[in-house]
Amino acid sequence: MAALTFTEEGIYCPAGDFHIDPWRPVERALITHGHADHARWGMGSYLSTNMAAPVIRHRLGDIALDTIAYGETRQIGGARVSFHPAGHVPGSAQIRVEVAGEIWVASGDYKVEDDGLSAPFEPIRCHHFITESTFGLPVFRWRPQSEVAAGINAWWKACAASGKTAFLGCYALGKAQRLLSLLDPNVGPILAHAAVENTNGVLRSQGIKLQDSLLANADLNPKDHPGAIVLAPPSALGSAWARKFGTQENAFASGWMQLRGIRRRRASDRGFVISDHADWRGLLDAIKATEAENIYVTHGYTDIFARYLNEQGWNAQVVPTEFGGEDAESEAA
Amino acid sequence: MRDFATLFNAIDQSTKTKVKVAALADYFANAPKPDRIWTIAMFSGRRPKRAVTTTRLREWAAERAGIPLWLFEECYPIVGDLSETIAHLLPPATRQIDKPLAEWINLVRGLGQMEEPQRKEIILDAWDQLENTERFLFNKLITGGFRVGISQKLMTRALARATERDEAEMAHRLMGNWDPATITWDDLIEAEDAGADASRPYPFYLAYALEDEPSDLGVPEDWHAEWKWDGIRGQLILRDGQHFVWSRGEELMTDRFPELARAMDFLPMGTVLDGEILAWGKGQPQNFNALQKRIGRKTVPKKLLQEAPVILYAYDLLEWQGQDLRQTEFAKRRLLLSNLCADLPDDAPVRLSPTIGFVDWESLAQIRQTARDAQAEGIMLKRMASLYLIGRKKGDWWKWKLDPLTIDAVMIYAQSGSGRRANLFTDFTFAVWKGNDLVPFTKAYSGLTDEEFRKITAWVKKNTLQRFGPVRQVTPEHVFEIAFEGIQASSRHKSGVALRFPRMSRWRHDKPVQEANTMDDLNEMLRLYG
Repeated sequence: MAALTFTEEGIYCPAGDFHIDPWRPVERALITHGHADHARWGMGSYLSTNMAAPVIRHRLGDIALDTIAYGETRQIGGARVSFHPAGHVPGSAQIRVEVAGEIWVASGDYKVEDDGLSAPFEPIRCHHFITESTFGLPVFRWRPQSEVAAGINAWWKACAASGKTAFLGCYALGKAQRLLSLLDPNVGPILAHAAVENTNGVLRSQGIKLQDSLLANADLNPKDHPGAIVLAPPSALGSAWARKFGTQENAFASGWMQLRGIRRRRASDRGFVISDHADWRGLLDAIKATEAENIYVTHGYTDIFARYLNEQGWNAQVVPTEFGGEDAESEAA
Repeated sequence: MRDFATLFNAIDQSTKTKVKVAALADYFANAPKPDRIWTIAMFSGRRPKRAVTTTRLREWAAERAGIPLWLFEECYPIVGDLSETIAHLLPPATRQIDKPLAEWINLVRGLGQMEEPQRKEIILDAWDQLENTERFLFNKLITGGFRVGISQKLMTRALARATERDEAEMAHRLMGNWDPATITWDDLIEAEDAGADASRPYPFYLAYALEDEPSDLGVPEDWHAEWKWDGIRGQLILRDGQHFVWSRGEELMTDRFPELARAMDFLPMGTVLDGEILAWGKGQPQNFNALQKRIGRKTVPKKLLQEAPVILYAYDLLEWQGQDLRQTEFAKRRLLLSNLCADLPDDAPVRLSPTIGFVDWESLAQIRQTARDAQAEGIMLKRMASLYLIGRKKGDWWKWKLDPLTIDAVMIYAQSGSGRRANLFTDFTFAVWKGNDLVPFTKAYSGLTDEEFRKITAWVKKNTLQRFGPVRQVTPEHVFEIAFEGIQASSRHKSGVALRFPRMSRWRHDKPVQEANTMDDLNEMLRLYG
């Protein structure tokens, strides 16, 4: 029997009797990272990296959560299990499972560019590789992070110069902290919506270095912070809370901003193309580096990506999952 | 090209009209004059002739990107724009050279005379020296269809600001038959007389849809009523011994409707009429189906001229004895018009669209119910004292259309949209029951909210039965109310009917799929309204 199989509950390891990122309640869940479509409520027990654990606890509350360090090996039943950096968000992991010499890697979500915040993606040699395909089309090609950072800071500076507050819409876990690390504090004050600042707090208290940001709650008087940038979940843009800040410009930071149609549909002033998922080239490079022959394509442009991989000589198949809270219409990615 | 790309980005990166107009005005004040002319031309739909087929462009782009053609074809509907798809797929430029927009356009215009290998070489070379936005714009130049979120109205405003001229005068200047390749900035924008060109039409005045009760408009005496015809809105110009026919979309249609040339036999020069071009037969307007045969034909065979002759049903007089009447009250214009038309013989290609007399709003409401019998879509209401304004303005002109016909249909195919609807499923095929089978009878694209499109998109992804390229066959599960303006027998459609302006008026969550309408229901509608 294969070391990993695909069941209605999620990715399952019969030899170790555990699931990886299951979407239905199971006894034992190994979790790649804390995003809502991967870390769900209701599992008997959880195992994640020690770096990912605080956020998972913050989100899921009182759960039976055991932790493991990157690279540490643990025997679970007949399976040897280890977690390796996926570069997606701080603490995110690919999970390596070895049963009787057959090696599988479930990569969860990943990106290959070093964002300076998450432990950088580490290629793991394996026979079977489970990959996402959120941006699995050749039209997705990311620019270097430094270039995007310069664009964001220039936009912020222009907003500040014309007396506007700059609202930057982003997912609260991962993207927000990555953006925070790219902001130039010389431009002006950095404020954060409660959803973002709470996550910032969790990461800071586990020792991750983030520059200072100020909680923008109801007590904060926007007038005291002219020229500010506000990091906020997209749903908060244009809300009653946001309107307190007077004249403003809205931007949105996501890989989807690459496509003009989606950017216009969002009706944001600006779209910055930055993603915590691998772009087309990143996906292909990551797959190549695993030296795996068998590729299982989950959430994203699965059919197209798998067809391409097959043409290029891999043995690829599409695996339906319930991952992918991060398609074009949601807030992440 | 770089300053044009900067202009484009400024427009594209803002949702605020003020910012867009300011960016445009700045460009019109500072860019080289030939570039300005081409910018006006492209933003008003006058593009250089397409010199390369999109099929070739796709092949060349896929080849340069090093991907198989099928992968290119999969990307295109997701991006929703061919020019953008190409721009994203190409490898980064190896060198960057800044040439003025007009120079690029001349390059594109020259492609037509070349052999294909040479065209290919020039286009690949161009791609290789442009950055992403410039590439996108260059592709737009080649393929045409320049829709960039700037309306002609906003462009006119920006031009007026940049030149410190009146907006209405500027709108008039931009109308008509000018060719960006030959006209200069000074002739088009700065010359003394806006009406100097004999063919130049006036900007059309457009009506708003009446949503409330007409009694809110005030007393009936202040209003003129006539049928709202279902033809082509047109302007007939008689000047300098010539005649010109313009559509509302500013297309010169003089040659398409040769029967209107005879208007010169009956009407004096210095006359401009606003009216509806309609197929005419048996002493009355024919339905849109009859006119359809004439649309899209640049030259008309004799047989068709006899089968579906057209007339201009005149409803306004914009110029009389060479004088612009737009600042004259409608009641006076209408009186002049009816006097002008009174003596026209029956075989003249111009007729007066009749006034509908009414004493109160209730009786007019009853008359409106008979619009379909008169081959009309509803009633037009024009304030007696109204001037002839530019564009769509609220207050004086209203279209009071009939309620649409509706039918409940089952969604069976879905396809993703383009532009700002890219990557969303927005284009659907609908079917009605015939026994146990579902017979497709119409497509519809509009009528749902963005939120509903998002929901249906998520559903389509999970309920795809089969894929045919970009089209997905889905589980027949959802019922939509389809609204439409008319129904005709059609041999070109499997169902045997063709609808006019179909759209989704409601998502019938309440209706199980078995309770959707049937082919018999559709045929009954055809019998009643066809």
